[in-house]
Amino acid sequence: MEIDLASVNWAQAQFALTALYHWLFVPITLGLSFLCAFFESIYVKTGSKEWKRLTHFWMTLFGINFAIGVATGIILEFEFGTNWSTYSWMMGDIFGAPLAIEGIAAFFLEATFFAVMFFGWNRVSKGFHLFATWMVAIGSSLSALWILVANGWMQNPVGMRFNPDTVRFEMENFFAVISNPVAISKFTHTTTSSFVVGACFVISISCWYLLRKKHVRMAKRSIAVAATFGFIAAIATAVTGDESGYDVAVYQPMKLAAVEGLYDGHEGQAIVAFGILNPDKKPGVEGPEFTYEIAIPKGLSFLATRTLNGFVPGINDLVYGNPEHNVMGAVEKIEKGKLAVAALKDLKAAAKEGDDAAKAEALTRFEANSDYMGWGYMKDPVDAVPSVPTAFYSFHYMVYVGSFIIFAMFLFLIFSRRGSMDRHVWLQLLGLLCFPLMYAASELGWVVAEVGRQPWVMQGRLLTDVAATKIDAGHVQATFFIFLVLFTALAIAEVSIMIKQINLGPEAE
Amino acid sequence: MIGSLDISTLQVIWWVICSIVGALFLFMTFVQGGQTLLWQIAKTDQEKSLVINSLGRKWEITFTTLVLFGGGLFAAFPKFYATSFGGAYWVWMLILFTFIMQAVSYEFRKKPNNVFGSGFYEFLMFINGSVGILLIGAALGTFFTGSNFSLNEYNQVIWGSPLRGLGAALYIRPGTVFNICFGLFLVFNARTLGAMYLVNNIDFTSNRDLEERTRRQCLVSFLISLPFLLYVLVALLLMDGYGVGADGVVSMVAHKYLSNILAMPWVLGMLVVGLLLCIIGVTRTGLGIGRTGIWFGGSGTFLVALALLFTAAFNGTAFYPSFSDLQSSLTIHNASSTHYTLTVMGYVALLIPVVLAYIIVVWRKMDFIKIGVDDVENGHAY
Repeated sequence: MEIDLASVNWAQAQFALTALYHWLFVPITLGLSFLCAFFESIYVKTGSKEWKRLTHFWMTLFGINFAIGVATGIILEFEFGTNWSTYSWMMGDIFGAPLAIEGIAAFFLEATFFAVMFFGWNRVSKGFHLFATWMVAIGSSLSALWILVANGWMQNPVGMRFNPDTVRFEMENFFAVISNPVAISKFTHTTTSSFVVGACFVISISCWYLLRKKHVRMAKRSIAVAATFGFIAAIATAVTGDESGYDVAVYQPMKLAAVEGLYDGHEGQAIVAFGILNPDKKPGVEGPEFTYEIAIPKGLSFLATRTLNGFVPGINDLVYGNPEHNVMGAVEKIEKGKLAVAALKDLKAAAKEGDDAAKAEALTRFEANSDYMGWGYMKDPVDAVPSVPTAFYSFHYMVYVGSFIIFAMFLFLIFSRRGSMDRHVWLQLLGLLCFPLMYAASELGWVVAEVGRQPWVMQGRLLTDVAATKIDAGHVQATFFIFLVLFTALAIAEVSIMIKQINLGPEAE
Repeated sequence: MIGSLDISTLQVIWWVICSIVGALFLFMTFVQGGQTLLWQIAKTDQEKSLVINSLGRKWEITFTTLVLFGGGLFAAFPKFYATSFGGAYWVWMLILFTFIMQAVSYEFRKKPNNVFGSGFYEFLMFINGSVGILLIGAALGTFFTGSNFSLNEYNQVIWGSPLRGLGAALYIRPGTVFNICFGLFLVFNARTLGAMYLVNNIDFTSNRDLEERTRRQCLVSFLISLPFLLYVLVALLLMDGYGVGADGVVSMVAHKYLSNILAMPWVLGMLVVGLLLCIIGVTRTGLGIGRTGIWFGGSGTFLVALALLFTAAFNGTAFYPSFSDLQSSLTIHNASSTHYTLTVMGYVALLIPVVLAYIIVVWRKMDFIKIGVDDVENGHAY
């Protein structure tokens, strides 16, 4: 199979670009939709005009953000087809289902009730309007659920088998796909962290008002609700993050080794709380992993195996194998993979010639190593290692900010309850800082997930290089730059509109 | 229960489901049609706002229907999804760009500090309604006229032309005229529907001129669409089509689509009834009889689209044919997901009536009072 690497690289760059742009808007939508629902619920319960104004204000910002989230989202679904058509064919029998379910079960909820949420104030009853707002919030989280089931499956492919006749993976167990532990931890971690992003969005803007001594009452009320929601969500993010880490250890040990910068695994493995990677360290090359490190003894073993002395494989173990701990390395997997690829080729040739005996023989050989087929296309065992610095630093940033935010939310909660948020400039400055910090953490979370999975598009089964569409790099490059210009222009407009709306503040009483 | 159906039946059911979603999308393109009417029917800022806000209540449903059409085809016919999207790369990419542009335009157009000015966003809406729909039409045209591709032994698509799909509208071959006419018909049909919808949805009591202009555009757009429609229908009945034998071998069959329609009288019925409904819709809106033209025009469009999609795929026909390598052509049987996946998705599809039901409830609730000047002059309008 010939592979045009330039084309693959541009396709990857394009997916990264469009996904990261999309993710600029989605976490705000996920979090802010629920906050709008909380605000409106309080309005409906109290009948207070002020809560209605407050709801209106945040909904306006929600709407601006939602529109561009929709715009940048449509492309991702179709990009699987345009840029990753081999993937779409080989995985479509399983992967297409959650995408279609997302459309049926989630997008229509959002699309239908969004119009009520924004234009129904004088057209439907108060109760129905509130219902619509909740439906938009639930719809947005349901949409996250299905796309994360799809993504979880890419990280840990379950519930399917490879069919050599059709040359594709076919679904055998839908319930295994939707109850995939990776999908569940991805969904819970992604949504709860997005709730935190939404809460930070509200808190940062509100703190800016407090600093400017504008809309003080509205800002304090907004912070009180957002901090409560944000604090609970931040703790949930930590819990689900831990679960997510455990799943990575079980299903994607190479990703774990990369995010921890671990080359040689040990029993009772320490975890690096802070470290600077040694840039000269490579797989199979002697030398320290870090130039500076602060480690917590046995931490990684506990995280990855839930025991203090469990063995955690490092990059070298996973590339070259570690028989002592029963770890099969990439070297051996590639050998088995090559046997499977050769057997598949023979199988195809025998089928073409109608030679049943040769076909049966090739099938037996294929079945023996079919689990490693994807490895057969890997050129060098070292290619199995994702970018360690990207994974390591992104992951650590995410953990630092996640921990910091729990503490910050706790402070906002305490000072909100005391009613003194408007009296502490340091707290307001801290609030201002929360959103950009958390925003970056949310984006880097995806960097960890996707860069950490490389070189695979479907963990252990299909290499990214093989999955791309057969197309000249020039086409993909051209669409990459069109996206870059278009999305940047739209993002500039979005930010400009958003800043203006924040400056205008809530409508006058 | 669904699992006990055989694979061929499931494939047929799934083509019907995808066709229903596709046909609903074509009905919902009244949003796109309305966008291209804007500069002709709305002369003042207030008129523009009336039109945009009326369409703005629905644009997301149209958009989502398109997304579901793509998602449904991915789940049920992944080989089509991989072949067409990966192969006819530029057609789909350009379509997507126009829909990206549309998605922000409603929200951003009237917002202060929107950087590019409201005229720019109106222009984007126009591009979406014209270029976007034209290309969707051209892409659908290739369901009958074929594309230039082959599939290798790993089922990877090898596209035969560097134009990557734009050949559907640029290639010098008879099919191109058909594809372009199909696209142009959809553009003008969308405009006809757009006018019907606006007449139904806007309260014109304070602005009879706008109503008059909108009704006239319904008639004008319909008349412009007629020659394209006639060409498409006549060409369809006369052209050779891509037949699939019992052994799965694809060959060119003279008057294939005519014989499909004759072999499936209910499809013929849908086509005739659909066209009649469209004409009734046009006469109602165009000649000033009531406001209900959209329901006739909409259901007419739905039926015609459904009839065409059935003609393309049923009765032993390749629905995504390759004119350069006949045996690479896709049929609903060789392009589909497995029995298991189609069954699972069959259960999921039971949700579709629920979705339709709540859309109808919300639509009725929201449109019970027509959109008037008051609605566009408060802070919550587009």
